[in-house]
Amino acid sequence: MQLTLKIWRQKNASDKGGFVTYPVSDVSKDMSFLEMLDVLNENLTEKGEDPVHFDHDCREGICGTCSLYINGKPHGPLQTTTCQLHMRSFSDGQTITIEPWRAKAFPIVKDLVVNRSAFDRIIQAGGYVSVGTGGVPDANEIPIPKTIADLAMDAAQCIGCGACVAACKNASAMLFTSAKVSQLALLPQGQVERKTRAEKMVAQMDAEGFGACTNTGACEAECPKGISITNIARMNREYFSAVVSSENV
Amino acid sequence: MILDSKIPAGPLAEKWTKHKFNSKLVNPANKRKYEVIVVGTGLAGASAAASLAELGYNVKAFTFHDSPRRAHSIAAQGGINAAKNYQNDGDSVFRLFYDTIKGGDYRAREANVYRLAEVSVKIIDQCVAQGVPFAREYGGLLANRSFGGAQVSRTFYARGQTGQQLLLGAYSALSRQVANGKVKLYPRSEMMDVVMIDGHARGIVTRNLITGAVESHSAHAVLLCTGGYGNVFYLSTNAMGSNVTAAWRAHKRGAYFANPCFTQIHPTCIPVSGDHQSKLTLMSESLRNDGRVWVPATKETAEKLRKGQINVNDIKEEDRDYFLERKYPSFGNLVPRDVASRNAKYVCDEGRGVNETGEAVFLDFRDAIKRDGKSTIESKYGNLFDMYKQITGEDPYQVPMMIYPAVHYTMGGLWVDYNLMTTIPGLYALGEANFSDHGANRLGASALMQGLADGYFVIPYTIGDYLASTPPKPVDTTHPEFQKAATEVKNRVDQLLKINGKKSVDYFHKKLGKIMWNECGMARTAEGLKKAKAEIKQLKKDFWSDVKVLGTNEELNLSLEKAHRVADFIELGELMIDDALNRDESCGGHFREEFQTPEGEALRDDENFAYVAAWKYMGENQEEELYKEPLVFENVKLTQRSYK
Repeated sequence: MQLTLKIWRQKNASDKGGFVTYPVSDVSKDMSFLEMLDVLNENLTEKGEDPVHFDHDCREGICGTCSLYINGKPHGPLQTTTCQLHMRSFSDGQTITIEPWRAKAFPIVKDLVVNRSAFDRIIQAGGYVSVGTGGVPDANEIPIPKTIADLAMDAAQCIGCGACVAACKNASAMLFTSAKVSQLALLPQGQVERKTRAEKMVAQMDAEGFGACTNTGACEAECPKGISITNIARMNREYFSAVVSSENV
Repeated sequence: MILDSKIPAGPLAEKWTKHKFNSKLVNPANKRKYEVIVVGTGLAGASAAASLAELGYNVKAFTFHDSPRRAHSIAAQGGINAAKNYQNDGDSVFRLFYDTIKGGDYRAREANVYRLAEVSVKIIDQCVAQGVPFAREYGGLLANRSFGGAQVSRTFYARGQTGQQLLLGAYSALSRQVANGKVKLYPRSEMMDVVMIDGHARGIVTRNLITGAVESHSAHAVLLCTGGYGNVFYLSTNAMGSNVTAAWRAHKRGAYFANPCFTQIHPTCIPVSGDHQSKLTLMSESLRNDGRVWVPATKETAEKLRKGQINVNDIKEEDRDYFLERKYPSFGNLVPRDVASRNAKYVCDEGRGVNETGEAVFLDFRDAIKRDGKSTIESKYGNLFDMYKQITGEDPYQVPMMIYPAVHYTMGGLWVDYNLMTTIPGLYALGEANFSDHGANRLGASALMQGLADGYFVIPYTIGDYLASTPPKPVDTTHPEFQKAATEVKNRVDQLLKINGKKSVDYFHKKLGKIMWNECGMARTAEGLKKAKAEIKQLKKDFWSDVKVLGTNEELNLSLEKAHRVADFIELGELMIDDALNRDESCGGHFREEFQTPEGEALRDDENFAYVAAWKYMGENQEEELYKEPLVFENVKLTQRSYK
């Protein structure tokens, strides 16, 4: 395959940045999208040009490191991570536009690499059960109905890639935040801190500069792990019931 | 130096309890005067950092990733073992201990392995309390599955994403301590060296991957939780960033490296499709519970299949060779990983392999789907089947999966004593970065167990013993040793940037990987290893004269990051070969063709090789010196492993 790539290049956070066009040839359909970029980078290196910087690590769709906004969609045309996207999803001669995630809360570091530490701070605000190591009950002393455990697992599958933010016209982090709030609100272990968790995580999300949710559902449609928008509904319920009965007045 | 493993005296089952009691304690008011550096935030690192911070120590946690949650522990699929005996099927701490020692082909320390089995039960309690959504039965209690190398069901799991859920659990505990101000997080920081003051590890030097700044960080103890070195083979199931640099730099400062040649080749990976390939993807071993491994019974059928002249589903039952079930009737498809991998290699070497390359075997779910229904199989393995389809373009519900062994895990690592301390006082190694628990072969679902055991339940006790005898005086980063180490790092960066040769870093990495896979992979010979050693020596020379690293230090520079890592991999590769050459026996994942039973199984030499090979760095381009820690078996009888 032969392709034309239009890639966002930006030297650093303060650089203005812009698109640069690169032709690539010798692309096979079995390559992953990132392997195709590896080929480009090898060629650039050979010519003495700075390779295109992009985030990636496990290359098996679970670490959430890879990003890329491909032809107007986070992680490209399939509902998967970029590392699991293969070139058989593209056709010979196609032009592919590659941009970084665009969101105020995800500042660009270089080229296609963005800073997603805002997500870490949202989790630090309350995305945990406050139990220390040791001194916990036997695992089977906390029976959990299978249906509830499965729902919690559905939410817990979030990989923190940020595609939901990139897909949203408001750059909202509701899907990400609600996945963690839901997981812990569903489980008996999360009950004690249920209210404060919802309040604190939502407050941190707002403080990071993520936008509001207007229920367009773009996040769910683009989430590589199929995290459901019903989690957002659940978080809203959690948040409002927490706020109306809050002791933090 | 005599290697002192510090294994406590007394009966096996009482060692850990006694040792905990005999270890010195640090008074709660004093804990806050100590600083501990944790490098790496995977299962071992995150659990250690969180647990130590909960105790009151001040922790600094470093990761080269953008977030602690990206560590490669996240990719573990199948599960985590624990001797809970919830299934009433005869499991016990002793049985888990026994299976692990036997699975490791009797090259692990009894006391460490017993402790691992002992604390395994607490790990499950801890993770459940954190809200890890393990799989459950309809009655609400935890579900288990069976795994290779065991005849009981003791593996806890969260669909095919157990590593992800356990890591996110540890990450949440870590995040709580970050919020409490007890852990300071340093993302996108790569450890470049250990700083030694008066013979003790007292800090590290890091490179900030965004700005290139070389920074000094001091502490009273340093924990390396930096994972394994499987990427020395270029193609492996490791993440692209997984590297040996932290462990290797510690090795050069005096930490002995143990059993480097013990690497695990995982039998169920998606086969290589072409030269462009950057990594290999694992299909969880749990698939072998229901999938049946086979190849065509004859070379001729295999050849027709490879040429596309026949369809796989048309091959009759009698023309299929379920070689694992045939050779190992009692364990069948659930033999340990090394045995499954080696047998896949044998049938492919015989010309009966499938896929265009002839380097693959089938993993077939036809019978399981017939027996249990598609929906049952889907609920157990749905995400794995999807992943397979995504990568290969084939639907495993319709045609058998194709699999081939790939490098997956490294049992070798920094030598540690019973306290997990390396040969450098104050420097510890946890999780895959150390060598201690898996011998020559790791059983499935035991890596997660070990990472969390070390971090949650071992280091919080053993570190106190060391810190209690260390004055809590703050360590000053203006000490000349910090400046010396920082200068060395800067010089190395300059050197790499100055070479300006013709070949990319990846060129050298791929070349190294080929040498290692061909000569130090699934089967090894003295002759091949000697040849490989010469090739690596040459490769090292070429690297330092002809590598091309672009850009500057003062920016995010992926080729510079990678150049550092590959330079260390090249040196490690040479040591792995020395170790494989030294070990004139076959055991577990280390298979020397000269040493095998008439049936082609690994032939150990317990008389001469029942020891840990710990290597001491002797200086640039010097041969390393070998130190032996004899392995003493008081509770198990060494036998030829049999899974027949």
